[in-house]
This record gives sequence, C-alpha cells and structure tokens, in this order.
Amino acid sequence: MTRILVDGVEVDVPAEYTLLQACEEAGAEVPRFCFHERLSIAGNCRMCLVEVKGGPPKPQASCAVAVKDLRPGPDGAPPEVFTKSPMVKKAREGVMEFLLVNHPLDCPICDQGGECDLQDQALAFGGDSSRYSENKRAVEDKYIGPLVKTAMNRCIHCTRCVRFTAEIAGTSDMGAIGRGEDMEITTYLQTAMTSELQGNVTDLCPVGALLPKPQNFRARPWEYQKTETIDVQDALGSAIRVDARGREVIRILPRLNEAVNEEWISDKTRQIVDGLKAQRLDRPYIRENGRLRPASWQEALAAVAAKAKATPAEKIGALVGDLAALEEIFALKLLVEGLGSVHLDARQDGAKLDPRFGRASYLFNATIAGVDEADSLLVIGSNPRKEAPVLNARIRKRWLKGDFPISVIGERADLTYGYDYLGAGPDALARFIESAPTGASKRIVLIGQGALTRADGRAILALAAQAAKKHGGLSEGWNGFSVLHTAASRVGALDLGFTPGQGGLEAADIAKAGALELVFNLGADEIAVEPGAFVVYIGTHGDKGAHRADVILPGAAYTEKFGLYVNTEGRVQEALRAAFPPGDAREDWAILRALSGALGAPLPFDSQKQLRAKLGEAHPHLLRLDQITPASAADLEAVALQPATAWKDDFVPAIADFYLTNPIARASATMAECSALTQGRLSRAAE
Amino acid sequence: MSIRRLAEQQPESFEFTPENKAWLEGQIAKYPDGRQASMVVPALWQAQKQNDYWLPQKAIEKVADLLGMPYIRVLEIATFYTMFNLEPVGKYYVQLCGTTPCMLRGSDELIAVLERRVGPQRHVTADGLFSWLEVECLGACCNAPMVQINDDYYEDLTAENFEKLLDDLAAGRPVKTGSQTGRVSSEPEGGLTSLTSFYGDGAKAQAE
Repeated sequence: MTRILVDGVEVDVPAEYTLLQACEEAGAEVPRFCFHERLSIAGNCRMCLVEVKGGPPKPQASCAVAVKDLRPGPDGAPPEVFTKSPMVKKAREGVMEFLLVNHPLDCPICDQGGECDLQDQALAFGGDSSRYSENKRAVEDKYIGPLVKTAMNRCIHCTRCVRFTAEIAGTSDMGAIGRGEDMEITTYLQTAMTSELQGNVTDLCPVGALLPKPQNFRARPWEYQKTETIDVQDALGSAIRVDARGREVIRILPRLNEAVNEEWISDKTRQIVDGLKAQRLDRPYIRENGRLRPASWQEALAAVAAKAKATPAEKIGALVGDLAALEEIFALKLLVEGLGSVHLDARQDGAKLDPRFGRASYLFNATIAGVDEADSLLVIGSNPRKEAPVLNARIRKRWLKGDFPISVIGERADLTYGYDYLGAGPDALARFIESAPTGASKRIVLIGQGALTRADGRAILALAAQAAKKHGGLSEGWNGFSVLHTAASRVGALDLGFTPGQGGLEAADIAKAGALELVFNLGADEIAVEPGAFVVYIGTHGDKGAHRADVILPGAAYTEKFGLYVNTEGRVQEALRAAFPPGDAREDWAILRALSGALGAPLPFDSQKQLRAKLGEAHPHLLRLDQITPASAADLEAVALQPATAWKDDFVPAIADFYLTNPIARASATMAECSALTQGRLSRAAE
Repeated sequence: MSIRRLAEQQPESFEFTPENKAWLEGQIAKYPDGRQASMVVPALWQAQKQNDYWLPQKAIEKVADLLGMPYIRVLEIATFYTMFNLEPVGKYYVQLCGTTPCMLRGSDELIAVLERRVGPQRHVTADGLFSWLEVECLGACCNAPMVQINDDYYEDLTAENFEKLLDDLAAGRPVKTGSQTGRVSSEPEGGLTSLTSFYGDGAKAQAE
C-alpha cells in the first residue's frame, strides 16, 4: 500500500493502482472517455488529465500513470495529485474543446442525448462557448451488423469498442483504420460483427456513434420507466434493467452484478425486446372442429375443468417449459398432484438430471464467479459461447490471465479462446479420466446439456463426476462439478421436484401419442406433443405449443410478472414486472389458481405473497434472494458410483441456433435477422 | 493525407511467389511462438513489392492468415502507413516532398510539372509509367527540393532537370540518383563558405 495525497486528502492505495483509481478512492471525480475498468488502458482521450507533484510537471493522463510511478517528496512526503487546480481545469477545457472540434452539434437528433458522457462532461468540464468556425470532419457511416447503428461523425476515437471486441468478446471484429484526422472505426470492410456480445459496444460508446439499431429514435432516456430485474434467455440470470415507455418495453440494458454477468449481457438478452410484442397470446382460445377460436376465461377454464373431471388421474400429465418462474411451476405441481397425477416433467429436452441424485448433481457448483479462481477447465458436450455467452466471456477472461488449461470434449467450435481438443464423444471422456494431466486442484468440469439430453445422459453424468473426483474437480473447499443449463426455469423446477413421481412418465413419453389424455403444458415449446392428448397450453407466444393446444390460457412473459428464478449455479433471483401482459393475458400463477378453482379444488393461496410463503415452507432455500445455497459435494460421490457405460456417439450441441432458442426469440424479427446472418455466414464458411 | 480505401478493382487472388514464401517463412521462424504478428509490416512490404508496389485486399488477407491475425488488425496497419499503397501505382512512383524546406526551394514548380505530365495525384498515366503523391518530409531538406522515385532519392531539382529526369525514365535511359546538380552529398550549393582554411597547427602544416 502506498500513501498519496489527492486534493489534500490522504489515501492509502495499492501501488499498482492508477492515479484515476486513487482519485476515485479519495472521492475526487475525474472525467474520462477511453478508460474503462474492464478494458485495457488506452490513454488516448486525454480527458482524465490531472496535475501531479512528484512526477513530470505537466498535465498527466491519470488513467495511464500508476501510483508507484510518482516519487515522494525530498522529506519523504507522499506524492500529491490535484484534480481541481487551475492547470487541471484549463487542461480539461482544452481537451474538451478539441474533442468538440469535430463532434457534430446534433444532440437534439441523437439517441444518446440525455445519457451521453460527452454531453455531461462538456457541461461539467468544458468551456462555455466554441471558438471553432471551420468545417468539421465528415465520416462515412459504417455497416457493422444488424444490432448496432453507426453515426461515425460523432465518434471521438476512444477505441472502447475496439478493445471490447478484441479483449472481452474475443472476436476482434472492430478496428481503427487510417490515421490522425482520418482515423475511422469500422469492422473489416464493413462486415457484420460476429460476437454474441456485440450489443455491449452500444453501452460502452461514450457518445452517440454506436447506438442500438432496433431502438433507433424510439424514446428519450428520461421517458423510460426503469425496472431492475433479471434475464431468462439463458440460465445465468444476468442482471438487467428493462426500460419501458408507457406499456411498451423499449429496451433492455445490463446491470452490474459481479457475481453473474459483470456488466455484459448477450445480444439475445438485449434485443429480444421486439419478441415481447409479436405473436403474443392476448386472450384464451378453445379448439373447436379443429380450429382455435377466441374464448372468454370462463369458457376456457370450464372446458379444461370438464376435461380434467372426465380424465382418470393416471392419464393426466404436465410439462414445464424453459421460461417458467418458480411460482407457476410450484402452483402447477400442486394442481397436477392434487389431481392425482405422477406424470410431471420439466425436462422437455430429456436431460438426465434428477433431484434424487442430490442438488449438487445439477448445479453449476463452481459458481460463475468461481471461474475466476479455477485453475483448469474441462468442457463436456457444451458450447458455452452459444449456451451462455456471458459465462464464455468470463472463461475467456480467466484464460487471458494465463495458466488455465482448457480441454474440450464435444463440438470443436470457435470458443474465442484456445483449448486442447480431446475428442467428440464419451470415449474421450473415458480417456481423460484414465490419463488426465495431474496437478489441478481447482478444476471446473463443465457439463453441457448436449451431453445430458442423450439416452445415456446418466452415464455421462457419472463419468463427469468421476472425472471431477479424480482430477481436481472435488477438493477441500472446491466443488468444480458444474452443469451448465440452457433453460432459466430448469434448476428451479428441479429444486421443486417437478420430475416424474413413482411410475411417472418422462417428458418424451408424456408427449407420445396415446400415452396420456390431458396434458398441461406450461410454456414447453421445444417438445412436440403428439396427436391424441388434450393439451392445455399456458404460455405467452403463438409458437409450437400454442399451435398444438386444445385450450390456450394466455400467460405473462418474464418482463410482465413478479417471479422467482434459480439460475444455473442455484442463485435465487427475482424478476420484477416492467410492463403488463397484453389483453386478457394474466400472470401464470393466477391462471393456475383460477383453474384450480374451476376444478373445485382451489390451491391454498390467494395472492402471490401467500404462494411464496407456501413455497418457502416447502423449500426454504428458494426464498433466500440473491444467494446460493451450496449443495453437498458428497452427493457427487454417489453419482460417480452410478453405472457409467456410455455409447460411442459424438456429443451433439444443445443449441443449434443461438438466436432462436425460445418462443420469445422466435417471435423477434431482430433475432431472426441475426440468425439468418449467422446461418449465412456458417454456410459460407462450410463451402 | 486523405481517407485511404482499398482499390475498387481488386485481383481475384493473391499468392506469394515461392521465393517470397520461403523468405517469409524464414523470417517468421525468427519470432517466438505467438508473436508472429510482429512480422506484419515486413510481410505486407514483401507483398507490396511482389504486387507492383500496391496491396490488394487478398494480399492483406493472405498476410493475416499467414501470421494468424484477424483481418481487421492487418487492415489497420495497411491503412495506417502511407508507404503501403492500396491502389495501383505507376511503374515509376513519384513521392514528392512538399514540406516547408522543399516548398521554399520550389517544390511547387515540381508539382506543376507532375500535374501537367502525369495528372492529379494517385492517377496512373495511360502508359502505366507514372503516378505521384505529395508526401511529408523525406528528410533530405538540405538538398531540397527532392522527390523519391521508387526506392531512390532525386535531389536539387528544378522544373527543367526534373522534366529531363522524367523524360529519361520514360525512355528507359539510365539516370543519376541523388543530387541532379552534381553536388556531393549535402555540401553547400556554391562551394564551401566556411572552414575554407585550416587553423592553428593545421594551418602551419598546410603552409609548409
């Protein structure tokens, strides 16, 4: 630790801190454009100039000078930094004047207006008038993909976007061509960016040069109603802020959550927005003579109740989809069990995970933040870049730090980091167990759904547990056995035990023709229920599930209800309501409560508060918000002892198309465009 | 300086000649593993020399593939350094210095000659022999004004001797590089004005 005086305030900071960090520590505000905590230091905007005593007698870029670079005074007095001196004030005004020389005065038509770093800092630190009367520089706008609109006249060349794509995203999409006044930010010959995290450059851009294209001219920042909630597009539960104007969700931004997403979100999380409006189910429907017709809630509930009363208990089943919150899963479980059925399953993809093996067998036990302290990684049947892009960025961050051997078994994909490819199927895993390099004591064994949705998934699970046990995945204070889920609802449903009871059918069997007569489908759209059964679909979008349904009960999407979700590491988080469901659609738990009333056996709660209280009674850990209740590593010993005879088949990726994994995404035109672009790129690469 | 873009007319492909390929592989081997990107400027230079002194898109991509770099990183370098030509140039590529010393000594007259004979900057004559570009200081100020034609400097130019130089080049006659007035390196133009005699012991020795 080193002592340093900032504007007369003495602080004690680590010697490797930059002056800018030291100033922040001392509570002094330093303006900046190019500096960003998670990116490398560029030092090219010069906005963070400060005066130092103990260093060169000229304004210093505080982001690029370390505390240890300053010398103490002759009598050992600590070095001093001034952020409010006349020299600093003048330097900032000068820098700002130069930045504004080539910046257009188009704030009134710029979407960044109101949340623009340049605007704010020009107000706070700039001069009061312009002395520049010559022509400004003009720069061609560039095409850099369907998600980011460019207005390159506004660019101040901070290179945050270039550093983001090169360092965090790992795709090196963007660059600065030309030099001096002619420097231009662009992608290679104006091709679309290839990263799944590209939308983040719009947040990083301190001016209005890179803006989210789908939100072009939609609203001003001060018009938004901001709701801090969580995302359900993947199983990470990234922290997001949903900005709505009136009843309409306009945009989704990341929120800071060091434990999960740091400050990034994937493009699917961000630009799913238009999918929340398209293809919505806004009233109940009943199928009559082969066609769905709009109906009232009373009619629809009565139709379901009539069917349920006429169906024997062993012919009733229930499926839960990927986006359901704990409340509705719990309510559906109570409802269906109340009817006497044991045929429930939340694993529509057929993943061989089961709460009977203990909670540790289906959690990402290492935790997402645990990636930072791991010392090696084994990926089994997963493509984290598609299944959880934000987690992939964290793995890349750890890999860049060095000394982090990564091995991959499964698809040989571009993961944005280097790895040792061991093979495509379970054989390679068996070989790894036999002959892995020793020495790792904090290994993460990451098991993807691609390895678990096969018929021999249970054997793979056992093999993975053996690999973890034998090769540093399970040690004192470390549980590296980590299942990466792709569905936001999955861990919650497993925690609630939404799996087949004694003699119950699994999802694939529930969907089989002639297996059951009445199936409650809570938003399961990735599974096709074969003809025969009477399907009650509770969901949000006119997707596969709704097309197959005999009765549709319109529910609320994740931005339209209060709901608890458990992410892949077992963290319980609450999603908040940012807008209301469209038309007659209702919150899912309330639909199930009403349905139970129609059935004559009302569920034991009348409000969400009572529901949560019941939920907490049965599963206390599910009410510990923002916390992970660690699972017992001892369970994995038992998993490792399971029969582990796997097939020879190669692992197949769980996600074929990153942009179209759920009904909301499939309803989104933006996601469709991204998907078409990626598929086109893939087919070109294959040629 | 102005915005530099890749040429609109691009060759279909680019391949290093076997000699260049061998040379590049020899050079790349000198760099430690993972640091091959440091080789990008010599590699681009070699590609440019092979391709009539300009870099097509395919050459940029070839170099990127060779060094394991993203395309954009190589494009950044190719567009940053003006010594990389992104468009075809004449067989004799004239880089004319227009910085202050040369301008004071009459580079404007040379520009007039080039504009008359060759046309505007970056324009290649119909016979493919000449194109020119005004560049910043080339560091031969004492013999101003000067131009660089391909790899050689031509100094102490006037409208007349520059015209003759261009004629000779066009006709394929041999030309003299360096000063066109016979000056030795950068000695004063009209003979020595100082240090014309020796001092002290040296003067004595000279008298004897």
